[in-house]
Amino acid sequence: MMVDGAFIIEKSVVIVVVFAVTMIMAMYSTWAERKVAAFLQDRVGPNRAGWGGLLQPLADGMKLFSKEEFFPNTPNKFLFVVGPAIAMSTALMTSAVIPWGDKLHVFGRDVILQATDINIALLYIFGVLSVGVYGIMIGGWASNNKFSLMGAVRAASQMVSYEVAMGLSMIALLMMTGTMSLKEISLQQQGMNWNVFYQPLSFLIFLICSFAETNRTPFDLAECESELIGGYHTEYSSMKMGFYLFAEYASMFTSATIISVLFFGGYNYPGMQWMVENVGVNIGNVLGMVALFAKVCFFIFFYMWVRWTIPRFRYDQLMHLGWRILIPLSIVNIMITGVVILRHQIAAYFGF
Amino acid sequence: MSIETISLSGRKKMVSNKEMTFWERLYLVAIVKGLFITLKHLFRKKVTIHYPEQVREMSPVYRGQHQLKRDEQGRENCTACGLCALSCPAEAITMKAAERKADEKHLYREEKYASIYEINMLRCIFCGLCEEACPKDAIYLTTSKVLVPSSYEREDFIFGKDRLVMPLDVAIKNAQLNNAN
Ligand code: SF4
Ligand code: SF4
Repeated sequence: MMVDGAFIIEKSVVIVVVFAVTMIMAMYSTWAERKVAAFLQDRVGPNRAGWGGLLQPLADGMKLFSKEEFFPNTPNKFLFVVGPAIAMSTALMTSAVIPWGDKLHVFGRDVILQATDINIALLYIFGVLSVGVYGIMIGGWASNNKFSLMGAVRAASQMVSYEVAMGLSMIALLMMTGTMSLKEISLQQQGMNWNVFYQPLSFLIFLICSFAETNRTPFDLAECESELIGGYHTEYSSMKMGFYLFAEYASMFTSATIISVLFFGGYNYPGMQWMVENVGVNIGNVLGMVALFAKVCFFIFFYMWVRWTIPRFRYDQLMHLGWRILIPLSIVNIMITGVVILRHQIAAYFGF
Repeated sequence: MSIETISLSGRKKMVSNKEMTFWERLYLVAIVKGLFITLKHLFRKKVTIHYPEQVREMSPVYRGQHQLKRDEQGRENCTACGLCALSCPAEAITMKAAERKADEKHLYREEKYASIYEINMLRCIFCGLCEEACPKDAIYLTTSKVLVPSSYEREDFIFGKDRLVMPLDVAIKNAQLNNAN
């Protein structure tokens, strides 16, 4: 690949756009969350700031900005600040490897709609996600407050245990796709060849685990109000608090995107091939981006829908589900996948 | 009839301790069912009343918004005895008493009157105990359907005499109506 000025500009534009979209999505997820919550409870939700409350996220942000920066009596002031920073940056970093579309043809160049296509994209995502635990852990520890610490410990143990199941559920998918690059996984799912139809069990496990990874209900024990006040962000105020909340929504957005890309065909929609060939590369791909966006929005809605439906798990139930159900289940899933992939060899071995 | 089978509400159910089947223990079916119940609510009619643009329907016996009454001659009834403030469970009422001057006889019925009379509408719970305590029939909760108007300033919720005392023309009209009957 040639690295020239235009390439750098092109990538910078893609990165800035992805960053902006992630931020805006996270912002408006807070609005959507409140709206969805309200509607599911027969209320109307925020509707004063702007039309339909659309300026509410700005108002919330402004409010958080103007709040007092509070520092608890902690010996770890530095870590206290580092916590939310880690949470925020890891939540934003995952979006780097996601293919938002195939390519656009502008100014006589093919612009790949992805910040970077690395061949270990999935591993990268897992790595970054697990660093996200540090954000919570450090924040909770540095707060010098037992509720924060307990919230952080819960979050950490929950994330670590669900990462195992998540990784194992991914292995089955990887055995099928044979690649870890999200771009290639997207390409393999052309048309309606979505992975969810081949790996429904893997999808289910992945979905449950991503609820746990993003600390959303029914797995939001880390910030369980009835027991732990605010969990790991009890001592946080002002924009540091805002960062934690924002990180939660940003990681919800990225995990919704990852689910869409891995299991629901990413930017593919039925008839995309035909559109690209007959109508034009750009229109076909813009539609693809819209399709991905629609899928992502659906999953974000799904996150909220589940949040306002299912009550929180008890801690032992959570661990039971993680270690004694999901992990064995994903191992079984790996074995089944292996048998299906090697069915010809196995048949040959037994001499059929 | 034995005691076990009596059901006053008609909705009595026996508690069952039966083992859950495999599908029930998966909870997935129950979760999906629950999701559809909440989804139905998404399209329900919303119960929110958009105050202050919309106002709730009040029942005919509704009483709110105090008024300090005047008598038939348009004089204020209140004598600043403080019994309303004493009886108020929310401690919403404050007042300051003053002595009536000789030339104020047409304004106040008693020799002592309230020069300041304030009700904090943020504290008031509209229980009506002030009305019950008053020996001079001075304070009443009215049938006015107007709720305390929303505002961004706390001071706007402390109603002074300017907003509590019955307007003079209303008092005169009442007196005329009474005479006519
Ligand atoms: S209505 Fe009740 S709460 Fe309100 S001022 Fe009268 S006594 Fe106090
Ligand atoms: S309103 Fe009635 S109870 Fe209250 S101070 Fe006046 S006379 Fe006394």
